[in-house]
Amino acid sequence: MAQMTMIQAITDAMRTELKNDENVLVFGEDVGQNGGVFRATEGLQKEFGEDRVFDTPLAESGIGGMSIGLALQGFRPVPEIQFFGFVFETMDAISGQMARYRYRSGGTRTMPITVRSPFGGGVHTPELHADSLEGLMAQQPGLKVVIPSNPYDAKGLLIQSIRDNDPVIFLEHMKLYRSFREEVPEEEYAIELGKAEVKREGKDVTLVAYGAMVHTALKAADELEENGVSAEVIDLRTVAPVDYETILESVKKTNRAVVLQEAQKQAGIAAAVVSEIQEKAILHLEAPVLRVAAPDTVYPFSQAETVWLPNHNDVVEKVNKVMNF
Amino acid sequence: MKRSLENIENQFEMFQILNEKGEIVNEDAMPELSDDDLKEIMRRMVYTRILDQRSIALNRQGRLGFYAPTAGQEASQLGSHYALEKEDFILPGYRDVPQLIWHGLPLYQAFLFSRGHFHGNQMPEGVNAVSPQIIIGAQITQAAGVGIGMKKRGKDAIAITYTGDGGASQGDFYEGINFAGAFNAQAVFVVQNNRYAISVPVEKQSAAQTIAQKAVAAGIEGIQVDGMDVLAVYAATKDARERAINGEGPTLIETLTYRYGPHTMAGDDPTRYRTEETDNEWEAKDPIVRFRTFLETKGLWSEEEENEVIEQAKEDVKAAIKKADEQPKQKVTELMDIMYEELPASLKEQREEYEAKESK
Ligand SMILES: Cc1ncc(C[n+]2csc(CCOP(=O)(O)OP(=O)(O)O)c2C)c(N)n1
Ligand SMILES: [Mg+2]
Repeated sequence: MAQMTMIQAITDAMRTELKNDENVLVFGEDVGQNGGVFRATEGLQKEFGEDRVFDTPLAESGIGGMSIGLALQGFRPVPEIQFFGFVFETMDAISGQMARYRYRSGGTRTMPITVRSPFGGGVHTPELHADSLEGLMAQQPGLKVVIPSNPYDAKGLLIQSIRDNDPVIFLEHMKLYRSFREEVPEEEYAIELGKAEVKREGKDVTLVAYGAMVHTALKAADELEENGVSAEVIDLRTVAPVDYETILESVKKTNRAVVLQEAQKQAGIAAAVVSEIQEKAILHLEAPVLRVAAPDTVYPFSQAETVWLPNHNDVVEKVNKVMNF
Repeated sequence: MKRSLENIENQFEMFQILNEKGEIVNEDAMPELSDDDLKEIMRRMVYTRILDQRSIALNRQGRLGFYAPTAGQEASQLGSHYALEKEDFILPGYRDVPQLIWHGLPLYQAFLFSRGHFHGNQMPEGVNAVSPQIIIGAQITQAAGVGIGMKKRGKDAIAITYTGDGGASQGDFYEGINFAGAFNAQAVFVVQNNRYAISVPVEKQSAAQTIAQKAVAAGIEGIQVDGMDVLAVYAATKDARERAINGEGPTLIETLTYRYGPHTMAGDDPTRYRTEETDNEWEAKDPIVRFRTFLETKGLWSEEEENEVIEQAKEDVKAAIKKADEQPKQKVTELMDIMYEELPASLKEQREEYEAKESK
């Protein structure tokens, strides 16, 4: 096994699938010779040639539409949107087109496309580089939305996303790209989409999170433990579809839940999770289910980023509220 | 069958007035500029070069945030800007901070923009511009709108927008120039073709030999200009501005230029995609060097004058950074206040929460 950062695990996953399936194509702005602005595609063009790993003109709408066209020709495109804030440029290709192709064609056509994109706050980028827009994507039936929280999952989930015959939006939190390394098998493995993972067992309260917030939840759980509160932490890994089974099982055990998201509070994944919990497990609850989320402004000017982003203190505070309800 | 492309591409020869050696090669096209104007253009280019050097240094010291270097592009940026009037409206890209500064944005605000403080985006009264656009291409359709609005209002002014060679691949670019043509907008579209969109060479952006020729399909005027020749850029923009105001239609100007530095200061490494040879080839075309030679031959410029400008620029940067440092740190509650005309109830509640947090 090798020690890998999340970005290395992502490169490794693409390399694996480029090797396994000659229909896999990797492309986007600066992904070729430059290896991507984050180096996610480092070395891939050299290894697989310009025919399979290539730069596109600067146009996200074109990238999305071309992916659809290539899929219609039997390819398995893995386009990169350089930063996820640029997805607005290609919303029609994604939500208006690729998400609906199977449906529109009466189930006869598939869109095995994996749109990869960095997102997430805390790295002081200019505007529209850091927004958490997964809720927007998750609201579109026909799309799967995957967000890994660690290198091991990133590799297995990306491999599975590329193999999936429906369009997958694969979102990579920038803060996690190089923040830590862990053991990642060099051989191939896939992690089923739509399955959450219990990252830490506990009995008093369930913390539901995904992406970078998983680490925030784990940090809060450590702190809570010192105060005698045992928190269970669930990493959703896929936010569309959500694995409600795992969440409900946990909540029925702990009887309390706090749901975390880095995105703004309004609408969003956390709101959906809270609704599902109260619909399916209200009689198991000892307290209202609370959310930890960012406030409802546009993503902050970078000077205010640190205060704006939810942190582990916010989680501890909300957990204390549900414990003392 | 007649082929259409041949006839189009050979129409777009690069327009030049001052060659690399600082000689006038196109006397007929020489714009009417007084000696004072010529000196002022030189001052601005030198000043902006120093500003760029200082900004890069400040960024490296961690005292500036997002920054896109400008050295090499002074003639394109400042030559086109010098053709404008105060009433003209600028819709810049992220690299076009110099045009904003010369249009009236105080330097300390430019630094605040870089540092991610919204005061940097607040154009002072009378500065007709919006803050630099981050989404490539978005400003281009908006510029068509501003230019159409100006025509409706009967203003003697134009909208001018800037993008790069990469930006000319966006759908918004084609839509913007097409709308401008369809509505006869008072607009000028400048594409600074510095040959790269981050790492991607312009040859990979399009099968078209020039960006200027894209004007043809939109039914508007297009011109390719030596973007290292400040006189040519000035003359082309001046002419485009006049025609726009006279109702003769919008213009697409492609300037051939080069950015000497990295794409931005956020980790770009040009050695991964450019050769030193190409860098040298372009530095030999430097806009300041050739304009200096031209002015010196006319007896209009001296080393002392240049040093004065350099010292002034350095002093201004120092003062502006100090002023930027004095600006109170951006608060989340302030961000909430600029979200809507009236705070919705949910946000009011959140505002109280953050007020408590921020006063801790
Ligand atoms: C819609 C959108 N896509 C991608 C980017 C990321 N990006 C920033 S600058 C850039 C290259 C732009 O190249 P060009 O238009 O030639 O301008 P230059 O930077 O060379 O001045 C890219 C891809 C962005 N900011 N917005
Ligand atoms: Mg460029």
